[in-house]
Amino acid sequence: MKKPSRRDFLKIMGASGAALLAGRAGAEASESHAVNNDTLGMLYDATKCVGCKACMSACKKVNSDYGSLAFERAKFDSDGLWDAPEDLSGSTRTLIKLFKESDKQWSYVKYSCMHCQKPSCVSVCPVSAMTRDKITGTVDYNKDACIGCRYCQIACAFNIPKFQWDKAIPQIVKCDLCKNTNLVKKGITACAEVCPVGAINFGKRKDLLEEANKRLRENPGKYINHIYGEKEVGGTNHLYLSAMQFNKLGLPVLANDAPAEFSEKIQHTIYKGFIAPVALYGTLCFVALKNIKKGHGQADGKHSETDEKGASDHGA
Amino acid sequence: MGHDEYQRHDAKILTPSFIVLLTLTLIGFGLIALRFIKGIGAVSNMSDGYPWGIWITYDVATGTAIACGGYAMAILIYIRNHMHYHPMIRSAILTSMFGYGLAGFSVMVDVGRPWNSYNFFIPSKWQANSAMFEVALCVMAYTTVLLLEFLPAVLTTLEKTEWKTLQFMLDKLHQRTGIKRPERLDERLESVKEVAAWLKPRLDKVLIFVIVLGITLPTMHQSSLGSLLLIASTKVHPLWHTGFLPLLFLINCMFIGYSIAILESVISCYAFKRPFETKELSGLARIVPWLTVIWLTVVIGDLAWRGQLMAALSFDFYSRFFLLEFCLVAGGSLLLFSGRKRESIRWLFASAALIVLGGALYRFNVYLIGFNPGKGWHYFPSLAELLITVGIVAFEILGYQVLVKILPVLPKLHTRQQLDAVAVHVDTPAEHVAAEKA
Repeated sequence: MKKPSRRDFLKIMGASGAALLAGRAGAEASESHAVNNDTLGMLYDATKCVGCKACMSACKKVNSDYGSLAFERAKFDSDGLWDAPEDLSGSTRTLIKLFKESDKQWSYVKYSCMHCQKPSCVSVCPVSAMTRDKITGTVDYNKDACIGCRYCQIACAFNIPKFQWDKAIPQIVKCDLCKNTNLVKKGITACAEVCPVGAINFGKRKDLLEEANKRLRENPGKYINHIYGEKEVGGTNHLYLSAMQFNKLGLPVLANDAPAEFSEKIQHTIYKGFIAPVALYGTLCFVALKNIKKGHGQADGKHSETDEKGASDHGA
Repeated sequence: MGHDEYQRHDAKILTPSFIVLLTLTLIGFGLIALRFIKGIGAVSNMSDGYPWGIWITYDVATGTAIACGGYAMAILIYIRNHMHYHPMIRSAILTSMFGYGLAGFSVMVDVGRPWNSYNFFIPSKWQANSAMFEVALCVMAYTTVLLLEFLPAVLTTLEKTEWKTLQFMLDKLHQRTGIKRPERLDERLESVKEVAAWLKPRLDKVLIFVIVLGITLPTMHQSSLGSLLLIASTKVHPLWHTGFLPLLFLINCMFIGYSIAILESVISCYAFKRPFETKELSGLARIVPWLTVIWLTVVIGDLAWRGQLMAALSFDFYSRFFLLEFCLVAGGSLLLFSGRKRESIRWLFASAALIVLGGALYRFNVYLIGFNPGKGWHYFPSLAELLITVGIVAFEILGYQVLVKILPVLPKLHTRQQLDAVAVHVDTPAEHVAAEKA
């Protein structure tokens, strides 16, 4: 009665351990997701961008009501004459920044949602507030479902989703490819529509990739020979060309595997068909009931025995 | 396993510590009100780079591990079949109940749009890929299970109470303001008693299935608390980002659970001037080092397998926190391998404290210290943010203190010696400590 114990306990530990190990094995065995090149995206060419920020202004104009965007005042600007966001934020979905290495070496860069093929934010959202449209590939946010847990912010490798920290009724803010605004009215995103130098192309991912490859081919030496977003984290629909190292522009060096695949496979294997939890519950019930039955037979005798023991221990 | 194993702790409720804890609680809740009026940014230092701060890291990720005493004790008693620990479970469940209930409450303070939480119950919104979804449902379910597990204590009291305080208050009220006692009050109170008496044996019969659910659910969500950070592969430092996160979090919560059960027992025996449960505690302490050895082996094996052992010994910022966490757990466990030290309340307390600290630091390392979203982001909690956490913890201790004084929670003192010990304790606490030392 006193020592059946450690074996039972190790059994439980072993079972959960095995489930997790199976998770790892599963992660390597299973095939990766398919990239859909018919989905919509944008190609940003940093070498063409002149930094006029027309895209930023157009984005805010078009999406301010629907996307809960606002003008951000600079510290020096007491009259509120300019919109001067320092970074993507709860008021700003897209942003142009200048990266300057030296007087001759500099580049503009545009930040906005990358619209991943296998988005981490969609994978982690507990209430399906982040979704990816199967046909257009747009990663969209629904504030009516969102609970504001900010797991999407933890998960996004590009730090794109932003939270409205200063509001009592906050929401997540990020680019949705003008899904409910400019795209509906004019069939193109506001930023791509207004760009005066053609630095932002809007279209299907396959056409954008073709265009990017063409530019790389026709201008040897002009660009870094890499289309950022083609392979990163399983492929993104927002693609970049640049003459400067991408990580210097704030675009992190990332592996080609989608982080969401890694985490989902571990999670799926543990909870596949909910078999493991149910089996665990069943086994534990069986053990516990058996123990209780055994316990009842000896309960009275044992009780007084332990009491006496406890007493003598204390006396000593 | 009757209800006669427990007793109420008869003592004054309004003690100095009650007042201190109440003050801290009120400050915390005042700041929570401010957070709901002016937004999270008004009270916290969280940012878009560090969207999870101390509330998630301490109140949820660490607080629920510290609240795993009930889970660990239930495994020991019902699965490993050590029924003689049974008298200790009610106080463990009470602390778990507060720990989990308040973790849930903290989440509601932390999330930006809590009014949308009903979406967790709408199947079309379910998102089984999300570890958060699993954690949320499991924690809600487990809090309910803990309430059910604790219900017998409440029912026993309802069954036996004579409503003295209520009667007294009503009489006072009548004298002062002339408000009459509600009609048929006694009958109604009597029917409450009857319902309690009717419900209790029925609940007792199915309680074991609830208890086992109370073992299954933490196994699920404690491992999922580790899974939460799997996705942040580019942000969590490689010392801590591994596919074994769920397993490590699970074992971690078990050894924290047993250690915290030891700490709680020592502290409450000391505070309430009861004899120490040395024999039970040294039994508990025998399990802990086995768990920590498994845990430490997985940690080292995983680091070696991923080629990160050198990073662990590089003595940079991350390595130091890793080594601190590792040494705290390993040091505490080494102490517990010694049979003689396990017999001493002081060593038990010290080693359990080391292990809880080390285990908790591991969770901080994964969620906050080892989390780096990229250049330019920094986080250290603001004073208001800390005070909210302190307020919630104070409320937890306050609730425990009050409830053990009105409900039968603590193990019953059975023998003459034990009762005498209490008497000695009350008279000359210093003497007793000296005796303990010897």
